[in-house]
Amino acid sequence: MSKLTRKQMAWRAAQDIADGWVVNLGIGIPVLAADYLPPGRDVFIQSENGIIGCGPVAAADRADPDLVDAGSRRVTLRPGASIVESVASFAMIRGGHVDLTILGSFEVAANGDMANWDSGVPDKGPLVGGAMDLAACARAVWVVMEHTTRAGAPRLLRACRLPLTAPRCVRRVFTDLAVIDVTEAGFLVREIVPGLSREALQARTEAPLSFAADCRTLNPPALDGGG
Amino acid sequence: MAIDKRLASAAEALADVADGASVMISGFGGAGFPNVLLRALREAGPRGLTLIVNSATHRFSRTHELIEAGQVRRVICTAARGHEATLSPFERLLKEGRIELECVPQGTFSERVRAGGAGIPAFYTPVGVGTPLAVDKETRVFDGRVHVLEHAIRADVALIRADRADRYGNLAFRYAQANFGPAMATAARVTVAEVRAFEDAPLAHTEIQLPGVFVRRVVAVGDAR
Repeated sequence: MSKLTRKQMAWRAAQDIADGWVVNLGIGIPVLAADYLPPGRDVFIQSENGIIGCGPVAAADRADPDLVDAGSRRVTLRPGASIVESVASFAMIRGGHVDLTILGSFEVAANGDMANWDSGVPDKGPLVGGAMDLAACARAVWVVMEHTTRAGAPRLLRACRLPLTAPRCVRRVFTDLAVIDVTEAGFLVREIVPGLSREALQARTEAPLSFAADCRTLNPPALDGGG
Repeated sequence: MAIDKRLASAAEALADVADGASVMISGFGGAGFPNVLLRALREAGPRGLTLIVNSATHRFSRTHELIEAGQVRRVICTAARGHEATLSPFERLLKEGRIELECVPQGTFSERVRAGGAGIPAFYTPVGVGTPLAVDKETRVFDGRVHVLEHAIRADVALIRADRADRYGNLAFRYAQANFGPAMATAARVTVAEVRAFEDAPLAHTEIQLPGVFVRRVVAVGDAR
């Protein structure tokens, strides 16, 4: 079995981003998806601090401390980009003008509940940022996350154990083992990595899995840098 | 008398911030933090402050210096996570019950500030429903979806950062510097802006991103951050 690397997970999510969409990418693996958009797809990356049309991370000699994305990365602007204040940025998000957000998560439940803001570490301060606004209001919510925790515990659950970010919001999950849709009937596996049986995938998943009639092999390209 | 909102120093601009004041602070990710004003507020030393700020712990902001100096009683923010595995000074104060914290989703945070400055006392939003952040809040169903009632926020003072100002307090921002600044400026009784530079001539209307009507005092601080 070959697990996907972080870059390969981002690549896989990027393949499903449609031409013309406005997309918000969360910190961590999701922002990497911008590097793997298929050629010819004209996409505006929205960042909740107000940038509409983030380009790649800036080269060191061009980086500007006033031009940052929601992950505090010094970025560039794509042609046609604009910048608004936070109020307008979140009006865009809540008002349904963002076609898709891709977020990292700790847990996703079979009904689409997502828990990605409070990992339950005692005494650490809370960090919610824009996660709830995006999860509740983006037109589509996808999650990219490892299939299990470092300790091997499942993240795809019957019900979330951690505090929710938003109920019934996730539509698709990209893990290092599979691509899974959230349907009315629960998790539906669309793609699975080679060398992993359906039973072995189920053993790593708490909630019951169904498999699409056309369930395919998930075979990403090798990408530089592995990690 | 001709309007002129320019002051010579940050200390002068903050001289009347009293104990117990509520203070809005702009900035996101390194852009728009009013760090010169924050340092001046720490030196002025008012205590018992309520801070309304997106992140209480961002590395590039000096907000945490006010907290560590014991000047802050309460924080309304969207992020308060320390960066180390051990507890940050803020997290220790929180654990010991010496500081109050209200955590708010970021869009709700910015809209509560906007509402405060726009004469709207409260509004309904779908964000936060079904999460711990909406517990005990009033709810109402619109179009079949549950929404939660969120209240406006106003403050005594807003501290913001922009690129340039003219004598009227009109402001121009660079790139992503505006973020929470314009909304905070509308929601505070007194808004103080630190800017990179004063312009002698009035800014052109096409350059003005925040009209001086929302700005009481401006201080030029150069590139200092």
